[in-house]
Amino acid sequence: MTAPGVHEDVRGRRPAGERRLHPVTPLRRAWAPVAVLIGWALHDPDQAQRQLTRLTPATLLIGLAVLLPAAALYGFLTWWFTHFAVTDSELRIRTGLLFRRTAHIRLERIQAIDVTQPLLARVAGVAKLKLDVIGTDKKDELAFLGADEARALRAELLARAAGFAPETAHEVGEAPSRQMLRVPPGVLAVALVLTGATWGWLVVAAVALPLLWTATHSLWTVLAAAVPLLGAAGASSVGRFVTEYDWTVGESPDGLRIDHGLLDRAHETVPPGRVQTVRVVEPLLWRRRGWVRVELDVAGSSNSLLLPVAPREIAESVVARVLPGVSVPPREALVRPPRRARWCVPLWWRGYGLAVTDAVFAARHGLLRRSLALVPHAKVQSVRLVQGPWQRARGVADVHVDTGANKSVTARLRDAGEAADLLRAQAERSRTSRRDARPDRWMA
Amino acid sequence: METGSGHDTGTTGTDSGEPVWIALPPGLLRLRRLMLVVWLGLLTLAAALVPGLLAGPGWAAFAVLPLALMGWGWVLLERNWRSWRYAERADDLLISRGVLWRQETVVPYGRMQLVEVTSGPVERHFGLASVQLHTAAAATDATIPGLDPAEAERLRDRLTELGEARSAGL
Repeated sequence: MTAPGVHEDVRGRRPAGERRLHPVTPLRRAWAPVAVLIGWALHDPDQAQRQLTRLTPATLLIGLAVLLPAAALYGFLTWWFTHFAVTDSELRIRTGLLFRRTAHIRLERIQAIDVTQPLLARVAGVAKLKLDVIGTDKKDELAFLGADEARALRAELLARAAGFAPETAHEVGEAPSRQMLRVPPGVLAVALVLTGATWGWLVVAAVALPLLWTATHSLWTVLAAAVPLLGAAGASSVGRFVTEYDWTVGESPDGLRIDHGLLDRAHETVPPGRVQTVRVVEPLLWRRRGWVRVELDVAGSSNSLLLPVAPREIAESVVARVLPGVSVPPREALVRPPRRARWCVPLWWRGYGLAVTDAVFAARHGLLRRSLALVPHAKVQSVRLVQGPWQRARGVADVHVDTGANKSVTARLRDAGEAADLLRAQAERSRTSRRDARPDRWMA
Repeated sequence: METGSGHDTGTTGTDSGEPVWIALPPGLLRLRRLMLVVWLGLLTLAAALVPGLLAGPGWAAFAVLPLALMGWGWVLLERNWRSWRYAERADDLLISRGVLWRQETVVPYGRMQLVEVTSGPVERHFGLASVQLHTAAAATDATIPGLDPAEAERLRDRLTELGEARSAGL
């Protein structure tokens, strides 16, 4: 048997193992010329309106008769010329009608694999598959594959990336997954109601819109202001509810699995040892209930949420699974900056804290919305000490720790001597803990 | 004057706690001072001539401003140049710089993805080159400007060699 779900349209003249995307794909691509037209109309509304008034049914028909086949042909050709193949060490994507483009994605460099199903794709039974490798962009996603084919391909890619023998890789199948946590919709809804952003936008709308009305008495101006404001409020409440609905975190030998979404379903897999930073965020209004949000940084991945809301103890146990050997330092373990730091950052200096354990560099910031960032020593790319003139006068300095996900974690306003020691010690710690880090091929 | 080539490369391998700091050669200071004098000299001339000819000779005193700026910059450039230094330790590279805003960067060799040697036309005329280190983190800002080209190439080769020996992924 060849790889599962291969369509029979793989022609003999192609290199062995090359496959095409799902035949539904041209329909998606057919939208491109229409989108260009709409874009042009929005870009230059006056011109578009003038052109529209000149249209007669005859020209409209002729236009459609030209445009639709052209769109269909474009969609068909881009689909026809897009191939992908899985080799022992790479995923190769060959695409492009006029400008040929070949992407070779090294499997052992995979940082995460996402399988997403937008609503329409769910109806059609297809899915997108994207490999997160540093440097890949939207062009490198495989859209669309059959839903089962996407799952099988993900399992095969993970098996190959994990280091299973090439011959057996596509027979390994999907690694068993154990559910660690599922966020109940009720809890998610309450958590989102208690989020400041939605209320902030609503308050701005409640203040700005009446003011605007008294000032201009123009319905259109008020509408033009109301739509983005209410849209932002909606996006931070309803929009987040829809994406974060049914958030499930699972654990498997292939790493972390995150499934979520009400309308658009997304399934992410983060192989072991890929997480660069974990942040435990505690908004002010969640504190009484003891809830936290957990974010994570993976190099090359756009997703950054691990848990939308969870009780602190459960979140900490999940973090311990994600970063093996790491425990979230308790609040008492975090050391505040010296008192004289208040001259640099009044009041908010109390929010800063730092704890360095054998496994992790943990820095907290924020007074109302506390955020604790954890970086395993093995993930540190470089360490920087920065000291401005005002800070030097107070004898304090900042220590930045840079990670591969292009984020820096900063321990702010440490005592100058402590910061210098920290700089040296951190470089040493990262070096020694890198030595016994797991290999890229986690099953090898 | 002390220069970067003053230290023998053999001594850097011994990691006896205190790093062996290497300062920048004086070429960079010369280049920056020349730039300062050329640009502010032109500005001084303009500030003296334009008001002097249009509004009377007394107004030419405006030229004092860029002149003072030039004197201040002259001193400042030297302080900044003196603040730059780097050290090759057994496992990482240290770069320290800045007078008011001091910054010290530690980049482990194993984390280097790319080492770049660049030299613009003016820099080339003065026999200077910069070495830039890239890691997977874009925030890593590790550049050593104004090196002697031979030293820059030696550093590049050594860093690449050490990076290969101690290579580690993300």
